[in-house]
Amino acid sequence: MTATTTGSRILAALAEVRDPELDEPITTLGFVASASVTPENVAEIHLRLPTYFCAPNFAYLMVADAYDQVSALGFETHVILDDHFASDAINEGVAARAGFVRSFEGEAVDELDSLRADFLRKAVLAGTDAVCRPLAGFPLATMTLGDIPDSPALGRLKRRRRDLGLPYADDSPLLIDPLSGDAIKNDDVPLHLRKARLTRTSLDANTGICRGMLRHRYDTDGQGEEAL
Amino acid sequence: MYEKDGEKYFIVDSHMHYWNAGPDNWVPGAEQYAKGWIECFHAYQGLGPPATHWPIEKFMSYTEDDLMKDVFQDGYVDVAIFQPTYLTEWYKEGFNTTEKNAALGEKHPGKFIANTRFDPREGDAGLKQLEENVARYGSIGLKLYTAEWNNGSRGWTLKDPAAYRYLEKAQELGIKNVHVHKGPTIWPLDKDAFDVSDVDHAATDFPELNFIVEHVGLPRIEDFCFMATQEPNVYAGLSVVIGGLMHARPKFFAKVMGELLFWVGEDKMTFGSDYGIWEPKWQIEGFVDWDYPSDEFSDYPRVTTATKKKILGLNAAKLYGIEVPKEYQLDAGEGAPAARDDSVGVSSGSPAASLG
Repeated sequence: MTATTTGSRILAALAEVRDPELDEPITTLGFVASASVTPENVAEIHLRLPTYFCAPNFAYLMVADAYDQVSALGFETHVILDDHFASDAINEGVAARAGFVRSFEGEAVDELDSLRADFLRKAVLAGTDAVCRPLAGFPLATMTLGDIPDSPALGRLKRRRRDLGLPYADDSPLLIDPLSGDAIKNDDVPLHLRKARLTRTSLDANTGICRGMLRHRYDTDGQGEEAL
Repeated sequence: MYEKDGEKYFIVDSHMHYWNAGPDNWVPGAEQYAKGWIECFHAYQGLGPPATHWPIEKFMSYTEDDLMKDVFQDGYVDVAIFQPTYLTEWYKEGFNTTEKNAALGEKHPGKFIANTRFDPREGDAGLKQLEENVARYGSIGLKLYTAEWNNGSRGWTLKDPAAYRYLEKAQELGIKNVHVHKGPTIWPLDKDAFDVSDVDHAATDFPELNFIVEHVGLPRIEDFCFMATQEPNVYAGLSVVIGGLMHARPKFFAKVMGELLFWVGEDKMTFGSDYGIWEPKWQIEGFVDWDYPSDEFSDYPRVTTATKKKILGLNAAKLYGIEVPKEYQLDAGEGAPAARDDSVGVSSGSPAASLG
């Protein structure tokens, strides 16, 4: 395998890792500072974040997910979070497969699964806005996912619903409550769509701030970052 | 005051600071946190127009002269409200204490309101300190940081029984306004420190107090909005919203403002520059000139001159009992600043009520 091919496989694997809060790949966000493989087939990934104080719970999830993705390719893997107040605890915790609570002994009492699920629900709501915004005037409460033409936004919405254990097949309702999975009743559609739009706005605004802060901190592009 | 196109705006900067974050004030052993914190703030300044950026040295230790010039002389502000941030685990004399703020305020009568703070983890001694601060500085407002470190504890919530004891005491002492920092933060660890549900509980149980959620829960604006529509005494503090988005991300700024106007309403939004992160001048000038950029925003509530007058000063003036000269007040029929009933779950007259 050539070095270029290896590099692109690793970047493709890292593109599967999302900032759970922003619901965007860490590559396009510019969070991958470097990704390299030694001749001995050891992968070393450096991640970077917009601030020294970015939430350590989300940082931990990204480092752990990056480790899982790259080591699944068969490399001995080292993922290192740079320039963060909790770098040592996170890097050592992930390397030791310690879990979040053991990595922050005395400071954390819960693992992060429920936090991740909370943010997946937000991603479902935001994705609902992305899919439904062009559909004004359609009887959304009676429509199914299969009624919608394929698009990247629809594919993403289905994947987020699948990840949460919510219905995502073509015959499942287009609009569902992201907590219960129940279909949204016709009378509740306007408020549901308002909430979906607000959630998407919040995610987008937050992403915008994070990108601006990252740019202030580092004047180089990240690996796999898309020019904006 | 600010005047544009014949309209006069009374300006209350309801969220600003006077800090010392220079190396002389760093706690030995905690230098990396003290330095990391102020560098993080400095990165926020980078979201403003380039001509308003400061070098980090000035940013760490701006002077009284800087503040008076930037806020009052150049910045149009009539009354500025100090919001203290202690962070004494990292800064020897605190980052920005009630004492430091009030000392400056005493030199410039009528310009400042000095809010104070509490931390329920400080027990009886903290209650006594709160009482002394209110007596000494005449505070009628508080700034609370639920994510602050304290002796190994990484945070607290307004739902804690100890916090209720403090809120009861605050109310008894005449406190009216509680600014809660729900925004960009530190150390959320396993908790989601942006969680605003604790404000929901406290606002319900302390209906006489006003809760101003600073930074509108960013990055959880949606959680804040859903909560604020249910509580007549919850307000949206716009610090970071204008400073962090209006210049750097104008389209998202328009959307966020549209959402806040829809869910919370123009009577319940207050301007705060977050000085020294951002100077007020460009924020005020830009906001007075601002409107939605395109038809894409046509189903958000309209923004009028009265909207801007309320947000830039009249709402906060009402909350703090600041007297507003006649020529800066609204005409009859232009609404009631700081009215509590302007939100979805509260009034049938609010913009979102039609959603049923």
